[in-house]
Amino acid sequence: MAGGSRQIVRDGILVGVATGAYGVSFGAIAVAAGLKVAQACALSLLVFTGASQFALVGVVGAGGSALAGAATALLLGSRNALYGLRLAPLLGWHGWRRLPAAHLVIDESTAMSMTRDNRSDARAGFISTGISVFLLWNLATLVGSLAGEALGDPRAYGLDAAVGGAFLALLWPRLRDPRNRVVAVLGAAVALGTVPLAPAGFPVLAAAVVALVAGAVSRRDDPTELPERGDPSGGGAS
Amino acid sequence: MIWAAIVVAGVGCYLLKLAGLSVPARLLERPIIERSADLLPVALLAALIAVQVFARGTAVVIDARLLGLVAAVVALALRAPFIVVVLVAAATAAVARLV
Repeated sequence: MAGGSRQIVRDGILVGVATGAYGVSFGAIAVAAGLKVAQACALSLLVFTGASQFALVGVVGAGGSALAGAATALLLGSRNALYGLRLAPLLGWHGWRRLPAAHLVIDESTAMSMTRDNRSDARAGFISTGISVFLLWNLATLVGSLAGEALGDPRAYGLDAAVGGAFLALLWPRLRDPRNRVVAVLGAAVALGTVPLAPAGFPVLAAAVVALVAGAVSRRDDPTELPERGDPSGGGAS
Repeated sequence: MIWAAIVVAGVGCYLLKLAGLSVPARLLERPIIERSADLLPVALLAALIAVQVFARGTAVVIDARLLGLVAAVVALALRAPFIVVVLVAAATAAVARLV
């Protein structure tokens, strides 16, 4: 293996370790929302895309129907389809190889392979990041859900407030873009306005309409669509 | 019912990933679809935050969760990592409920 590839693999494993740390909070929050340890672990194994998992747990934990939780998770997961579109020509996998690769298409593996200028580096970034995030995310979910179960009443530890903090941390990097800030404020307003009118889970789905309308009426591309840390430009042409 | 949601979300999220790797780019690569898909996470996460912090059943209330959110904003402004933001939000709400 060339030196450059080794560095890419090392970076991928580092991203896996960092992401695993928030798998612990996912496990704890899932159990606090009323899921069993096995259900939290099944989510990380099968859904394996963080924001969708947090969303499903958040909606179900707030008393929403399982269907509304799944629908919210799918809407959030739709961005992975766009990641796949951009990755397909870069990774160049065909036939059966796409089947295991598809499961690893997430924020982190996309960010760590999109920027490579040749296929072998892109594959090295994608595989090392995808597999290390998968292993550590699932291990961390198990640890977090077992710990959460041992804690008892989640509200005494503020775990209900932790969910809001987790969502905000996921949203934060995108708030550098002014258009995203407008969409975020409108989405929150629509959701809160819908809370007294509809069963739990539907207010979040109502907010999706804001994104669809904003996507139809705005013209500019979103400069923060990929989760790249340490990019200070925010909205510049690059 | 939670198991049904887990299976539906698991199968659906996998098929979305596979679709991206498999379908010809021109089917999904349209400006309106791209922009809406990019904005969906923003609107949904903001809505999730609002509901998580202010909703109790079908009522909108202000309680210790809001203090947790404010603490999370401060932590994020100070560039704290994800796990620290979550812990700060939880600890702030827990302490607020004690006093």
